[in-house]
Amino acid sequence: MKTGQATKWVHWQERIVVLLLFVSASISVVTTLAIAISLGVEAIGFFREVPLIRFLTEREWTPLFATKKFGILPLVCGTFLVAGIAMIVAVPFGIFIATYLAEYASERTRRLLKPVIEVLAGIPSVLYGYFALLFVTPLLQKFIPSLSGFNALSPGIVLAFMVLPTIASLSEDIIYAVPQSIREASLALGATKLQTVFRAVLPAAASGIIAACLLGFSRAIGETMLVTIAAGQRPILTLNPLEEVQTMTAYIVTVSLGDVPHGSLEYRTIFAVGLTLFLISLVFNLFGLFLRERFIRTFQRLG
Amino acid sequence: MELIAAEVEPKAVARKRKREIWMERLFLALTWVMLFLTVSVLLAILGKLFSDGLTRINWQFLTSFPSRRPEAAGIFPAWVGTIYVMALTAAIALPLGVGAAIYLEEFASRNWFTRLVELNISNLAGIPAVIYGLLGLQVFVRWFRMGESVLAGACTLAIMSLPVIIVASREALRAVPNSIREAALALGATKWQTVKDHVLPLALPGILTGTILALSRAIGEAAPLVTIGALTFVAFLPKSPFDPFTVLPIQAYNWVSRPQPEFHRNAAAALIVLLALLLLMNSIAIYLRNRYQQKWRL
Repeated sequence: MKTGQATKWVHWQERIVVLLLFVSASISVVTTLAIAISLGVEAIGFFREVPLIRFLTEREWTPLFATKKFGILPLVCGTFLVAGIAMIVAVPFGIFIATYLAEYASERTRRLLKPVIEVLAGIPSVLYGYFALLFVTPLLQKFIPSLSGFNALSPGIVLAFMVLPTIASLSEDIIYAVPQSIREASLALGATKLQTVFRAVLPAAASGIIAACLLGFSRAIGETMLVTIAAGQRPILTLNPLEEVQTMTAYIVTVSLGDVPHGSLEYRTIFAVGLTLFLISLVFNLFGLFLRERFIRTFQRLG
Repeated sequence: MELIAAEVEPKAVARKRKREIWMERLFLALTWVMLFLTVSVLLAILGKLFSDGLTRINWQFLTSFPSRRPEAAGIFPAWVGTIYVMALTAAIALPLGVGAAIYLEEFASRNWFTRLVELNISNLAGIPAVIYGLLGLQVFVRWFRMGESVLAGACTLAIMSLPVIIVASREALRAVPNSIREAALALGATKWQTVKDHVLPLALPGILTGTILALSRAIGEAAPLVTIGALTFVAFLPKSPFDPFTVLPIQAYNWVSRPQPEFHRNAAAALIVLLALLLLMNSIAIYLRNRYQQKWRL
């Protein structure tokens, strides 16, 4: 009788625990839904007052001024300008360093260099902003006198080193995962090491490396404090890296710092901007994850 | 025929070989320049930070409230707030993250729901931090009426670091060999008893290492907390989880965005304290990993 009751209790305990564990696992789905709903509700409120067509086609962004203009273009342009500068540096750096670490470096060099690169990912973004504003910008101004105190170039360059660890370590994993048989086949045909690396290994790893770059780019457009501090807060529609720009993230932070009443149109703008940012980064993330998955599946088949 | 003849001509082959060797040298030289630049940037960041801020750190700086006069200002509420938010974040995120990892690793069957959860987690890990701030602002600050409090900040950071904690915990659980599970199950333990008494204790060091690293990433990030409305000027200490607060990165941001160089020195000093805190957390994580890392002999 007693053991029967104990078994029953154990049985019930088991059920409750599994239910609780299931609930914690579901939180990730709830989070995604909550992001979609919380951004969506305020964004819908925003688009009731400002038609989508104005949001997409106007060329000025002045929602906090007396004459309000609601064109997202300057913010998107500023975001892509800074992230683009970052990628011009980070992609070649990331791929070269990953190739070197995976194919050439000795075990000792690898163990020495990898933590140094990883440390770059652990530095707080406010510190990167401090460095960009007070070190890189004055340094660049010595060479480019027309560079303004806030500009896209300096945070772009610094941002490159912030996303470098993402691109380098994801690419390195991918290059490492290319089957040895591909290298052996190339070498057996008489190719040199360099030819093997650049004409056999890297093309085989291409989809995975592109995935790493897409994930790095997605990280670059979402970076906030660095660009808020060093790129400036004036939304100007320009592709000139020497000028002050405002990114989507910087706009959200700037408005959040001010005292914007809940429910006002100004309050809703940050959700409309946030939704735009969310959708852009979602596209890059999903495409990156898809390519990564495809790479892994291709080589699983090869064994 | 001509083509083959040209290929075996010794002079042409030798020239080609030479070019190959030069190309390889060029590649290696270029990579070393890149690595050198990367390390220089890291050293320049630290050099600039310490030369600006190290002399500013003293007892007065650590125990004073912010002030309009830079030489009287301090980071007392900022570092207390940072530790407060971090502890609360850990208390929320750890059970949820480990629970989710246990479910996915030990209980879930391979079906569409599991696939959905996994895709969700990979995607959430790539969403910008500032979006989590908007989520926190809308859900925790407004709908749950927590206000701009420590609790709202901790909930936001917990949700943000969950994906990383789940991935790290799953890896730690996967590293526990199956023979442990089989042995417990063979002795008549239920699945949960097996996990609770055998698998989880063995995976715990790995889980804690991953969690600490995720938290140190979260606490260095100011964007979500700025977005939910954490203050930039706090002249009191948060007493309960429902009080307003500030954290070190926000305080540093506030100072760096002012024009006076004296405030920039304060920002550098605050960032040094933040780095010291992150270094401490990372050291604990590395210590845990080295101290308890299991070498399975099977």
